[in-house]
Amino acid sequence: MVASSLAQSIAYRAVGAALDIENVSHAFDIDGAALPVLEDVSLIVEPGEFIALLGPSGCGKSTLLRLVAGLDRPRSGALRQDDDRITGPDPSRVVVFQDPTLFPWRTVWDNVALGLEAQGILKSHRQRVDAALDLVGLSAFRNAYPHQLSGGMAQRVALARALVNDPKILVLDEPLGKLDSLTRITMQAEIVALWQRKGFTTLLVTHDAEEALFLANRVIVLSDRPARIKADIRVERSYPRHRGDPHLAELRKQILTLLGLDATW
Amino acid sequence: MSTYSLSDETAVGAGQSSGSASRKQELGNWLRTSGAGVAAGVAWVAFGFSCLLWDDLGDWSRTQSLGIGAFVIAAVALLGTFSADFLGSAGSALRHRAPWLLVLGLFLTLWEIATAKFAWFPLPFFPPPQAIIEVYTDDLPKLLDSVFASIRLQLGGYVVGAALGFLTGVSIGWSRGVGYWVHPVLRFIGPLPATAWLPIAFFTFPSSWSASTFLIALATGFPVTVLTWSGVASVSNAYYDVARTLGAKPSFLVLKVAIPAALPHVFVGLFMGLGSSFAVLVVAEMIGVKAGLGWYLQWAQGWAAYANMYAALIVMSLLCSGAITLLFKTRDRLLVWQKGVVKW
Repeated sequence: MVASSLAQSIAYRAVGAALDIENVSHAFDIDGAALPVLEDVSLIVEPGEFIALLGPSGCGKSTLLRLVAGLDRPRSGALRQDDDRITGPDPSRVVVFQDPTLFPWRTVWDNVALGLEAQGILKSHRQRVDAALDLVGLSAFRNAYPHQLSGGMAQRVALARALVNDPKILVLDEPLGKLDSLTRITMQAEIVALWQRKGFTTLLVTHDAEEALFLANRVIVLSDRPARIKADIRVERSYPRHRGDPHLAELRKQILTLLGLDATW
Repeated sequence: MSTYSLSDETAVGAGQSSGSASRKQELGNWLRTSGAGVAAGVAWVAFGFSCLLWDDLGDWSRTQSLGIGAFVIAAVALLGTFSADFLGSAGSALRHRAPWLLVLGLFLTLWEIATAKFAWFPLPFFPPPQAIIEVYTDDLPKLLDSVFASIRLQLGGYVVGAALGFLTGVSIGWSRGVGYWVHPVLRFIGPLPATAWLPIAFFTFPSSWSASTFLIALATGFPVTVLTWSGVASVSNAYYDVARTLGAKPSFLVLKVAIPAALPHVFVGLFMGLGSSFAVLVVAEMIGVKAGLGWYLQWAQGWAAYANMYAALIVMSLLCSGAITLLFKTRDRLLVWQKGVVKW
């Protein structure tokens, strides 16, 4: 499943979009006081790259993703997708949230069809819904309702709902955070395989260093709130990766040291 | 319970040698499944005899037919109970309802004896069952006319009120601007019982029918508005975020996210609106409209026709209950995705 070579994934790279985050700062208003969450974050993401944003909980990772998705506008700075400024949500940048947030009143199939329906192109693209369900291996559950699914299955449906739009940038906001460890391992491999097959640019927020190293080309380590970029670590390892790889273990130690957690190593 | 299991064990332990014990157990099983059905049959036989055994104190024409009817029901209950194993779902339904059938038979027997035969309850205020049957057979056309008039009025007012309430609720829940203007009006007018409008409505509206429709719509509209509004307002932002990143426009957010997510609340509002609109319907018919079951009740009271009042009350109760059943069935169909719904 994951057996595509590096050359093949490079050939697909054209599908993904470049992302340019330029001196972005952001703050929340809490009881009239401004609480800074992002401070002068700059990051250039090449088309087709798999970026992991790693940082302590509550540091502003998810805020950065909401800005990339266009759900919020930054206080200052700019975000660009292929030189076009991001001013609002667009189906070419799809988010998979930590909770699957499937619509409980829709069947699995109708949930996956949501994006196409919202864009008014469902009628002519019904087979794309079937294909996306096939991709995550849930064709048999097309008529099930979300409350009948397990947590891992629900998150797979959420993934299919994102992929059916053929996104240029896939934004993953700790999508595996609430899954049990076995389902997590399976889905990590599936995400890598999908990324290699489709070639979209991927932004993954996680607080799990091992997950970041297993999946990403580059791991961006963020500081405590307000988040600044502490380190930009390239992971020069081909896929599929092995969890026991000594190089990854070395990088993991380096990252935990950056986060001030080296004592636990 | 424990005694049963104990005797079961002894029966098994004794083996085939003690046939009487297993026969006793068989009888016990049979009594448990069919006892209530047999007792129900006996109760209805008793009701039949209570009709035919003594002479009526009053002048009622359906006593004999009622007695025969009771025997027929008794026969059906007994035959059904004995052959329940071969009747499939009808048999098990009969077994399930047999205790109720028994209580009903006993109640009717007591009622018959206490009214028509010995007048322990004063006549004519407590008419016997045959008097009510007589109303259904002899006054059927007028009763049916009243039923249809009530349904027409109720349905018209309810549909108008529910539709307007739903639209208002969605608008307030969705738009701050609409909320600013409508919310104070709603708070001022909504809690007022719709019946308080009655005197004014009957003067200002061109016909008593339009006045009543307005009042029923008002009684329905308030709870539907408030609950639709709260339903729309309580939709999780995460749903909107998901839809927006997938390219949804505002109209999609309202029609395909806010409204379906709010539907469970809407149905609570529809249920409450149905209840309060029944009250308005009856009062409006009693006071202003010259048709319908409320008017029939009023008319029967004028003639001291107490049996007619009881008969109309029973019909009214069946109609109201039927309306609520219909609403709940619709809800269960629309909200299959919801788990753990209220049973009606």
